[in-house]
Amino acid sequence: MIKARTDWTGLFFAAALTVVIVFPLLIVGTWAFTNVWRYPSVIPQEFGLKYWAATTARADVWTSITMSLSLASVVTLLSAVICLPAAFAFARLEFPGRNILFFSFLAGQAFPKFGLLVAIAGIFLNLNLIGTFWGVILIQLVGTLLFMIWIPVAAFQSVDRRMEEAARDVGASPLRVFWSITMPQAGPTIAAAVLLNFVGTFYETEGAWLIGAPGIRTLPVLMISFINNQPVIQYGAVLSVLLWLPSFIALLFARRIIGSGSFARGFGG
Amino acid sequence: MAVLDIKDVTKIFGGTVAVERFNLTVADGELVCLLGPSGSGKSTLLRMIGGFETATSGVIAIDGEDVTRVPPERRPTGMVFQSHALWTHMNVFKNLAFGLKLRRLPPAEIKDRVEAVLEQVGLAGYGQRQTHQLSGGQQQRVALARSLVLEPKILLLDEPFASLDQHLRERLREEVRDLQQRLKITTLFVTHGQDEALALADRIVVLRAGRSEQIDPPDVVYRAPATPFVAGFIGTMNLIDGVVEGGVFRHPGLDLAMPVADGPATLAVRPEALGIAAATSAAAVIHRVTDYGTHAIVDIDLADGLRLKAMAPDARAWAAGTAVALSPQAFAVYRDNVAIHRAGA
Ligand SMILES: Nc1ncnc2c1ncn2[C@@H]1O[C@H](COP(=O)(O)OP(=O)(O)OP(=O)(O)O)[C@@H](O)[C@H]1O
Ligand SMILES: [Mg+2]
Repeated sequence: MIKARTDWTGLFFAAALTVVIVFPLLIVGTWAFTNVWRYPSVIPQEFGLKYWAATTARADVWTSITMSLSLASVVTLLSAVICLPAAFAFARLEFPGRNILFFSFLAGQAFPKFGLLVAIAGIFLNLNLIGTFWGVILIQLVGTLLFMIWIPVAAFQSVDRRMEEAARDVGASPLRVFWSITMPQAGPTIAAAVLLNFVGTFYETEGAWLIGAPGIRTLPVLMISFINNQPVIQYGAVLSVLLWLPSFIALLFARRIIGSGSFARGFGG
Repeated sequence: MAVLDIKDVTKIFGGTVAVERFNLTVADGELVCLLGPSGSGKSTLLRMIGGFETATSGVIAIDGEDVTRVPPERRPTGMVFQSHALWTHMNVFKNLAFGLKLRRLPPAEIKDRVEAVLEQVGLAGYGQRQTHQLSGGQQQRVALARSLVLEPKILLLDEPFASLDQHLRERLREEVRDLQQRLKITTLFVTHGQDEALALADRIVVLRAGRSEQIDPPDVVYRAPATPFVAGFIGTMNLIDGVVEGGVFRHPGLDLAMPVADGPATLAVRPEALGIAAATSAAAVIHRVTDYGTHAIVDIDLADGLRLKAMAPDARAWAAGTAVALSPQAFAVYRDNVAIHRAGA
């Protein structure tokens, strides 16, 4: 028998990942379930759900969760409605100004975002959009355009045109081809983009804070204010554990899409 | 049961003329091969018949009905693509059933027809396979079945076996020929392999830069190529440019009497029709002898550097460096792109 050789590169990356990602998560996770943890003890003196009760008893936490969920849902939905047809047009149609327009979507992301946001905030102030739900929707929508156009464009472009022609050949109308061939082929990639979009919007803070304050408070914004204003670490820790939830849900969905095999097939595998 | 009529069809893409004033009538049940070098317009022509490109001018008619501007889904044509283009998110059965479902056939009949066609292409029982679980040859068979199951009036095949190895290509070619004859389906087959065209076709269309050079049965295309291009494209051919003076074709190392008016001419001789005999003049010298067992191919260099090929029955009779005299037994003479004289064929 040959002894399996130690994969040092793999081990190194695993170790690095542990330090950079898992370790901080572990600490925050521990803090969230800690009642008392005083220096210099390595492990908390007292575990417990005291601060969970305290955090979830706060009304502002619940309103911010609902606010974040509805913002992310509305933004994702609007973004899909606007971007997917646009992506299809970019991928398939020739129209004047196509390349410039496509490039402008990318260019929007190339500049420092905060400066852009401040400028937009000035405009929104005049339009009375500051501190309103739709003001935040608008600003977050702009932030999603890049990936919701770029990824679907790539997905549509990678669908084999011959497959679509073959469907026309056996009698499918263009609409039917889109529904039965193009969407199933591009679908998994687009679903991934929508998922990323949802999670990204949920976590978005700069726009939500700059445009939304003081009327609109999302979960991440609330968490930041907790961390800044509260001497008790646990509040922030509990909220940040709460914030992992959408990521876990997204990962579960992603697993289902990838695990079903349609993901690989969508890439022609 | 269908006749295809192509009248004066031209296709221009931006600046390039892909097909120019093309005319062809394909009889019911006939198999016509479109043969030509890369970029000669074969695919463009086929795609216009299938409805994937619109002719810039001209008329395409099926059974007398003008379909020039009819979209592909309403044409009675079935196309098989080079890259099989199977729908990878459906299994084999669903690939074949898709077109039948669009026609709103009852599920029981769909099942029967799909199974029947799978049987025909030798893939009975493969319905539940995913497309990526098939070999290249099987994928192409499914693609063929996907067209056949709808019983198209005209079957269009665009280099369907080009991506397969030689052996498999020959086998599938035979199968297509058998199926086509059994079903008596009018068929256009694009290829740039001349052996494929010669083996399959009732008639061959030789295309060059969007124009048809010759439309004839394979034996005619082979034995009496209409132009020097066809002569050089099909099989191996020696093309020798020279001048006719006083009834004698002259080229360094080769003089040949022929009843042709004075002027420049191109002589075309097949290797098997080029006789060689030992000689003393050094105008034609054997460069190499390749032994194929059943025969030998003798490469001969003329004084001006032109290399000819001659076929000899026995390799041992010839050696490199030997001077030879050439005597074409059967040949054709071309001037201004048309044959002006043929002898011995
Ligand atoms: N969509 C298109 N746009 C512009 N030019 C095209 C297009 N399709 C084909 N052409 C041009 O038309 C000519 C004929 O192309 P076509 O694909 O019909 O050749 P072909 O005989 O099928 O070649 P091959 O053997 O390589 O498949 C080529 O010069 C090609 O560049
Ligand atoms: Mg082609």
